[in-house]
Amino acid sequence: MKIVVLVKHVPDAQFDRHLTGPGNTVDRDESILSELDEYALEAALQLSEARGGAKAGNEVIALSMGPAGAVNAVKKSLQIGASSGAHLSDDALAGSDAAATSLALAAAIRHLGADSPVDLVLTGMASTDGETSLVPAQLAERLGLPQVTFASSLEVNGERIVARRDGDAHADTVEASLPALVSVTDQINEPRYPNFKGILAAKKKKITALTLADIGVDAAQVGAAGSLTAVETAEARPPRTAGTIITDEGDAGIKLVEFLAAQKLL
Amino acid sequence: MAKALVFIDNPGAALKKSSLELLTIARSLGDVVVAVNGELHDDVVAALGAQGASALYRPSATDLDDYLVAPKAAYLAAVVAASGAGTVLLENTADGKEIAARLGVKLNAGVITDVVGVDADGTAHKSVLAGSYTTTAKARTAVAVLTIKPNSVDVGTPAAASTPETATIDVPADATANAARVTGRAEKPVSGRPELTEARIVVAGGRGVDGDFGPLEELADVLGGALGASRAATDAGWIGHDYQVGQTGKTVSPQLYISAGISGAIQQKAGMQTSKVIVAINKDAESPIFEIADFGIVGDLFKVVPQATEEIKKRKG
Ligand SMILES: Cc1cc2nc3c(=O)[nH]c(=O)nc-3n(C[C@H](O)[C@H](O)[C@H](O)COP(=O)(O)OP(=O)(O)OC[C@H]3O[C@@H](n4cnc5c(N)ncnc54)[C@H](O)[C@@H]3O)c2cc1C
Repeated sequence: MKIVVLVKHVPDAQFDRHLTGPGNTVDRDESILSELDEYALEAALQLSEARGGAKAGNEVIALSMGPAGAVNAVKKSLQIGASSGAHLSDDALAGSDAAATSLALAAAIRHLGADSPVDLVLTGMASTDGETSLVPAQLAERLGLPQVTFASSLEVNGERIVARRDGDAHADTVEASLPALVSVTDQINEPRYPNFKGILAAKKKKITALTLADIGVDAAQVGAAGSLTAVETAEARPPRTAGTIITDEGDAGIKLVEFLAAQKLL
Repeated sequence: MAKALVFIDNPGAALKKSSLELLTIARSLGDVVVAVNGELHDDVVAALGAQGASALYRPSATDLDDYLVAPKAAYLAAVVAASGAGTVLLENTADGKEIAARLGVKLNAGVITDVVGVDADGTAHKSVLAGSYTTTAKARTAVAVLTIKPNSVDVGTPAAASTPETATIDVPADATANAARVTGRAEKPVSGRPELTEARIVVAGGRGVDGDFGPLEELADVLGGALGASRAATDAGWIGHDYQVGQTGKTVSPQLYISAGISGAIQQKAGMQTSKVIVAINKDAESPIFEIADFGIVGDLFKVVPQATEEIKKRKG
């Protein structure tokens, strides 16, 4: 089985995050492998291992798109257990919106499937920076694949995928045949950490550097130029400041109600 | 005149508030046309007329709900072609965003999600990076696809009602060819409380409730609010995952958010920090939740919450 897992290098949410530059794009200093992609990687590794792993010809390719630093998300994925990596990087990609991102990633996935077809594309449920959840659905549309998104469980039996998807009003069982695109939630598994052996092994694994020319995408189709939306203004919201803090002396519940009444919230 | 298309998936017996919000925004953008999927009640048709809809589209197929997202996008693309709409408005739900995503690819249209306001010229307002920035964005394409967060606008009604013309739109024959099928569906029990993402008041509990959401339920009920939870509480199985607020749960932006027994990790804050007023109750004065609380109580939630509930009951007589 050949699985491509999308891994994004995102700003660490533990630090303040910023928008910068003319396109108001996210500042990527202090970035990490998106936590939500770790669940997709774990799902891929479990599927591969259940089929005998790399020895049995299973491949888990970690694919990232982004500036030089984004290769760190690929490296971390290799340490965790991916069999190889690919890093799509090109100055023209800067400022890509979901449409341009999905266009470039679709071309990269086609490229990775040129010698042998990709059976499964796995992604996290959303990036932890853009948070739109648009890219998985757009990729499925562009690649003509069935989309099984927000999977909280995933089984592959032969050519058939069975997943669970939790909605607000109902929980669905969803089925599709391979090849397919699956996005997974943080309910699906417990991602593993890289261990010492994995870190050593990763040094020998291959990372393919890809440019737009390699995947046959024109610079005008991506980046700010190829994006279908533009962020026009961005204003930092004043940070929330702490208000009144009291310590309960037996009457805090009553003081709380007085506060709510004063705020006209009752 | 510019046309704005509102998609209402399974309107049910009466229009939901979130649908009324979409219709209100659509009116500010031009002539309102509506596409529905699923059963269509006469009352809903009348309500859409009262909302000023001039045209009403229905799909030729009745099985769109049997598939995940893709055929609905194909149907909507056909509606856009038939109606000539320049803006498409959808709900900001998981399904709504994904339908929007695929529609965007089909129409080569810009998609903007999490929108909280739209100007007459199509400029969309939203907040990003867990509420730390407010931005304006615009589609650079002939058609714009926007998903609108609930509680974004005050619902209005137009001066004049209309009688919408109805038309059936052929769902493209290949719309289901590569779609995942829904082969099983388990309905979830309804709580009787307001829907979490639409509620004016949310009372949320975390690991500190130690398995007992009872006191929070009582407070939520006297306030007419919804219940929410941290991931620690949902992971522990004390309450369903549907109640989780945060990065991988729901984003809420109520008038009042009461956080009890929640430490305030960044992933939790991501889902609630745009709430108007935040109240925090926590035993630990060092909890990060106090950094963003308008009113913080250092104390035991099992003492504070029931006392507040009793006091509210007393005041309400
Ligand atoms: C990828 C990822 C996604 C995540 N997504 C989410 C998300 O969507 N939502 C979310 O909430 N978390 C999410 N988390 C988890 C998050 O990081 C925290 O672990 C979680 O929010 C902690 O929940 P908590 O505050 O209830 O528990 P804790 O951090 O354990 O805090 C419990 C608090 O209760 C207080 N307490 C205990 N007893 C009492 C009492 N009797 N009275 C008053 N106070 C008391 C304690 O002082 C403590 O501050 C995510 C994590 C990751 C890695």
